Amino acid sequence: MTETKDISIPEFSLVLLIGASGTGKSSFAAKHFKPTEVVSSDTARGWVSDDETDQSVTGDAFELVHAVIEKRLKNRKLTVVDATNVQPNARKSLVALARKWHCLPVGIVFQLPEKLAIERNKQRPDRQFGPGPVKRQMLDLKRSLRGLKREGIRARHILKSVDEIDAVTISRAKLWNDKREETGPFDIIGDVHGCADELETLLVRLGYGVSWTDGEPEITAPEGRKAVFVGDLVDRGPRSPDVLRIAKHMVDKGTALAVVGNHDDKLKRYLDGRNVKQTHGLAETIEQLGTESQDFRQDMREWLDGLISHYVLDEGQLVVAHAGLKEEMQGRASGAIRSFCMYGETTGETDEYGLPVRYNWAAEYSGKAKVVYGHTPVPEAQWTNGTICIDTGCVFGGKLTALQYPEMELVEVPAEKTYYEPVKPLDAAPNAEDNDAGKLNIKHVLGKQAIETRDMGMVIVREDESAAALEVMSRFAADPRWLVHLPPTMSPPATSGKDGWLERPEEAFAYYREQGVGSVVVEKKHMGSRALITLARDAEAASKRFDVDDGSRGIIVSRTGRRFFPDAELEKTVLDRLDMAMQKAGLWEELESDWVLWDAEIMPWNLKASSLISQQYAPVGAAAVAGLSETTALLEIAKQRGVEVDELYARSSQRLANAQGYRTAYNHYVGETASIDDIEIAPFHLLASGDAVHSDKDHMWHMDRAHRLAVAESGLIAATPFHKVDLADDKQVSDAIQWWEDITAEGGEGMVVKPLQFVVRGKKGLVQPAIKCRGKEYLRIIYGPDYDMPKNLERLRKRGLGQKRRMALREFALGLEGLHRFVENAPFSHVHQCAFGVLAMESEPVDPRL
Amino acid sequence: MQDNMLLTISTTHEPASDLGFLLMKNPDNLHEVDLAFGKATVFYPEASAEKCTAALMLDIDPVQLVRGKGRQRGAEDQYVNDRPYAASSLLSVALARTFGTTLSGRSKHRQELAETPIELEAKISPLPVRGDRQIVAQLFEPLGYQVETGSVPLDPQHPDWGDSPYISLVVRGKQKIADLLSHLYVLVPVLDANKHYYIGDAEVEKLLRKGQGWLEEHPHKDLIAKRYLRFRSLSRAALRQLEDSVEPEPAEEIAKKDEAEEVIERPIHLNEQRMLSVLAELERSGASSMLDLGCGEGKLLRRLIQQGQFQKILGVEVSPQILSIAAERLKLERMGDRQRERIELVQGSLVYRDDRLKGFDAATVIEVIEHMDAERLTAFSDALFGYARPNTVIMTTPNREYNTLFEGLTEGVLRHPDHRFEWTRQEYESYAVTCGDKYGYSVSFAPIGEVHPDHGAPTQMAIFKKTAG
Repeated sequence: MTETKDISIPEFSLVLLIGASGTGKSSFAAKHFKPTEVVSSDTARGWVSDDETDQSVTGDAFELVHAVIEKRLKNRKLTVVDATNVQPNARKSLVALARKWHCLPVGIVFQLPEKLAIERNKQRPDRQFGPGPVKRQMLDLKRSLRGLKREGIRARHILKSVDEIDAVTISRAKLWNDKREETGPFDIIGDVHGCADELETLLVRLGYGVSWTDGEPEITAPEGRKAVFVGDLVDRGPRSPDVLRIAKHMVDKGTALAVVGNHDDKLKRYLDGRNVKQTHGLAETIEQLGTESQDFRQDMREWLDGLISHYVLDEGQLVVAHAGLKEEMQGRASGAIRSFCMYGETTGETDEYGLPVRYNWAAEYSGKAKVVYGHTPVPEAQWTNGTICIDTGCVFGGKLTALQYPEMELVEVPAEKTYYEPVKPLDAAPNAEDNDAGKLNIKHVLGKQAIETRDMGMVIVREDESAAALEVMSRFAADPRWLVHLPPTMSPPATSGKDGWLERPEEAFAYYREQGVGSVVVEKKHMGSRALITLARDAEAASKRFDVDDGSRGIIVSRTGRRFFPDAELEKTVLDRLDMAMQKAGLWEELESDWVLWDAEIMPWNLKASSLISQQYAPVGAAAVAGLSETTALLEIAKQRGVEVDELYARSSQRLANAQGYRTAYNHYVGETASIDDIEIAPFHLLASGDAVHSDKDHMWHMDRAHRLAVAESGLIAATPFHKVDLADDKQVSDAIQWWEDITAEGGEGMVVKPLQFVVRGKKGLVQPAIKCRGKEYLRIIYGPDYDMPKNLERLRKRGLGQKRRMALREFALGLEGLHRFVENAPFSHVHQCAFGVLAMESEPVDPRL
Repeated sequence: MQDNMLLTISTTHEPASDLGFLLMKNPDNLHEVDLAFGKATVFYPEASAEKCTAALMLDIDPVQLVRGKGRQRGAEDQYVNDRPYAASSLLSVALARTFGTTLSGRSKHRQELAETPIELEAKISPLPVRGDRQIVAQLFEPLGYQVETGSVPLDPQHPDWGDSPYISLVVRGKQKIADLLSHLYVLVPVLDANKHYYIGDAEVEKLLRKGQGWLEEHPHKDLIAKRYLRFRSLSRAALRQLEDSVEPEPAEEIAKKDEAEEVIERPIHLNEQRMLSVLAELERSGASSMLDLGCGEGKLLRRLIQQGQFQKILGVEVSPQILSIAAERLKLERMGDRQRERIELVQGSLVYRDDRLKGFDAATVIEVIEHMDAERLTAFSDALFGYARPNTVIMTTPNREYNTLFEGLTEGVLRHPDHRFEWTRQEYESYAVTCGDKYGYSVSFAPIGEVHPDHGAPTQMAIFKKTAG
């Protein structure tokens, strides 16, 4: 028995089995790879013709082979091509596919004696094609062998005997860039460019110990932490060799990782003796190296040579690359990737300073991983679509920045001086096109979408739902950059068991009790229009947070994302007064934030709903009163005449009263809308501010902040009366019911019952975040003037709540998910997907009266 | 929207109480007739020899109406404020069921009287009338009636809200009782041309048959027939729910508004001129692959497909309903393979980047941008010029300066209720040039329609040509 022969292949590679028919490729593939990993031309022939040996379908079969390979590589799956692959042309198209998907091609060559192959084919009934083809294939193979490397197949393994083939074991090696198992915490450090002084200060600030002995650094890392250098350690600055010393020392000790920058690569090429232009600060480095030993230069050359293009860290959630990296390149390997990582992509144009215009990959980024990079100096490190550039131009007199991960905090050390004059001023206005986040791609919203939410798992948005929402989002909604959240719909309680009633609070309390909720809050339900108020301290903060550039400090939108106030001046006044209230109530300081999102109701109802009232509600009242008053009058005359219409008269009178009650009911919510003094805002959820989503606070917290706002600005802001109710305490429960009866008797809409905690999980998963209990008279507007006549009520009782409740939960989960993603600086498309999803859900044809 | 209606019929032809014989309902009793959608009740508030009045009370039960149709689609059809029927068409059904014999001209005890024109008065309240109220007189006066209408205010608490879409109607004249009933039977539903609910197409036929003997001679018979045939599907499905007060308009509403714009622009054949100018420009560009962004119902697509120059045509429209209307109008399903391969319709949005829109020679954006909020124009420009990057873009929009020359357009009002803005020539040119500079396009402008020395042409066209990769 021969010794085993180990062939190591990258775990993501395209393996070409190369050899004539009958040399054992298929058996080899079956022995070493999963059946799904092997794409065989014979199998493909079988698929298209029911005959694996039918040579006349070769064209179709290979189209299929290529299609399958392409899909597998796109999904980053190792793939084995089981075909003869003896002709250069056949290999060329496969290598091209591998390049396209940044996958390493590997060749395993089966070079057995011709006689053996011919003999084997003879014994197989399906391969009775004689020795001709095998001879040709052997010849092709022989001619091919030397060219494989030139064709791009650098990893080749040649097997020359049956024994050798049998002795093979295959091992799969992780890609060098794959450090998913390293979960941090990390301190990711921007472009140092020889600024060793600032680097040392920064390391100390980050908690590292820094000392030098005999010209060699000794760096100790805080427990468990690791530094990550984004590259460009050298050039332009005063102490490039020392920076190299520090970085190499840390990498060797395992307290740092480093990816290659374009300057590092150029220095390596210089050290290789290559003829490189000594521009862009390389000359300074060379001068500094002049006093260093030959050994040092040799060591550094080797170390620099070993630096790789990028790292995939923390289970794939973090990618570090010098110039950033688009999603389809992450965790893969190719020359194109290395080049992208070092230089980024350019559009081929140059800007007014003569610098290449960079292709803005971050504008379209929508990957799962956060990408941290440097390369292009920016005045401030800022998140865009889940990516952040932390090159803040230290060597140009800016600062050296580190991003702490997963804390996501920035630590900065200002440059001690300007070491090098930049061609383009650091604070030069970025190109208008650099405004990235608003650039959404339709693929993120159109069609079926599966959105992973932290509160409810996967939420599916159906294709027809997205189609309906696309129109609304495109034609009616405000700029989506503002729409980081949309509120969920709210379900009523189960139908009341009490005679004459459709809805009462008892059922809401029972629901929460059943879900294991101990305490609830009951809040008076204002009858106005739902609104979301996004407010920043000033226009600059708004622009920073939301990437908007319209000069406004915030926005007020309806529950479907439309601008609430078509009058921009009015909106501005409202926002300014809210800001004053935030200041007066001390909320800005308390929240330590420069922006806030309030969920609120804005009154009066007719502010937004006037067309609804005049086109739907008022005509119903007008028709009913007109018809019924005439009818009742005539019936009364007939009654006096002695016709037996008593019953009919009573019924008609009752209906007339109902019609009048209906008018009264909606008129409760109709008010003046002439000026801002007629407007009232009742906030009830302080949804988010700073980096926090406040769904972890209970409703007492939210009510407290809302009340403080109302106290600070009683003219514009209405407080929402509320009570906390212990569901085990019968007295508290009956008081709450009485309270509801009083509110609704006075014409109020009703109340909302919420579990004390914002997000509650019960036995069957997420619990309804709120249930609305509407008053008897209010329901007349919804269900019609005569809804509570016994025959009607009986029918209405059959209403089903299931769909409404499922919708409410899914929208709730999506809405919160959007907010979480927003504060976590996720790619904007991921934030937008959630708000879009809520809008899409709202297109469900659910009973609008619920 | 309404669920009751009252019709009274009175006569002063003595003895007036003979009305009971004509209608075959005893004035001293209450008569109830169950209908598929509710109940009709007849009673007589007065029945003296001098004057007799019969009242037909129509009570509509919306739930039953829905059930009766077997359209158990769930609760949405039962929404009290948005019922898919008009009470007036149900009144006709009730008339036929309650006074069927009378309607056919027969009377068991007073046949001679039934054949004699007598003083009759009919009153209906509340009666829905959509559109111009003059139609009431136009319909009844030629038949020999005196017509009186009264308004019903929307809400007496809010006089500023104006009148409701209902009126009270009184018609008076010397008529045979059967004629009065048949006139009401046919004409009352015509008044409310908005949302008709018919039990089926056969019902329309039946209604029209009742007009035999007088409808042929009616001066407005075309209008009557047209209003009948305006039956439309009412299923607005998903979109209805989005936001009651501000929901996107159903396609029919949009079509109606589009009509309004066309009416304003029609006298100058603007639409035709626009199409010709755009086509000429496209021909000049030599484009063979084409994007029509915001293709609507496919007016331009229909012409593009007729020209061999355009080998690949993609129509993009954001509204799924309008897209399906476009597919219907273009008869996509019946198109031959050769032609079918050249054209594709997709739902898409002008404010999202879209990979499907890349790689085209030319794009047309005809009368589209003004339907977009100005704050979304940045995203639009980026998606079109920055991302899709066709070689040529032809974009038209109204010239606001010209509006003052349109008859029937109030000063300061835009041409279409959905227009978010209309630009002057300077505003458009400034947008186009800035956009061209930013994305590497050269821009030229051309007027469409007759050019007025001061106000320019009614439509302005910009032609963008890509200059940089």
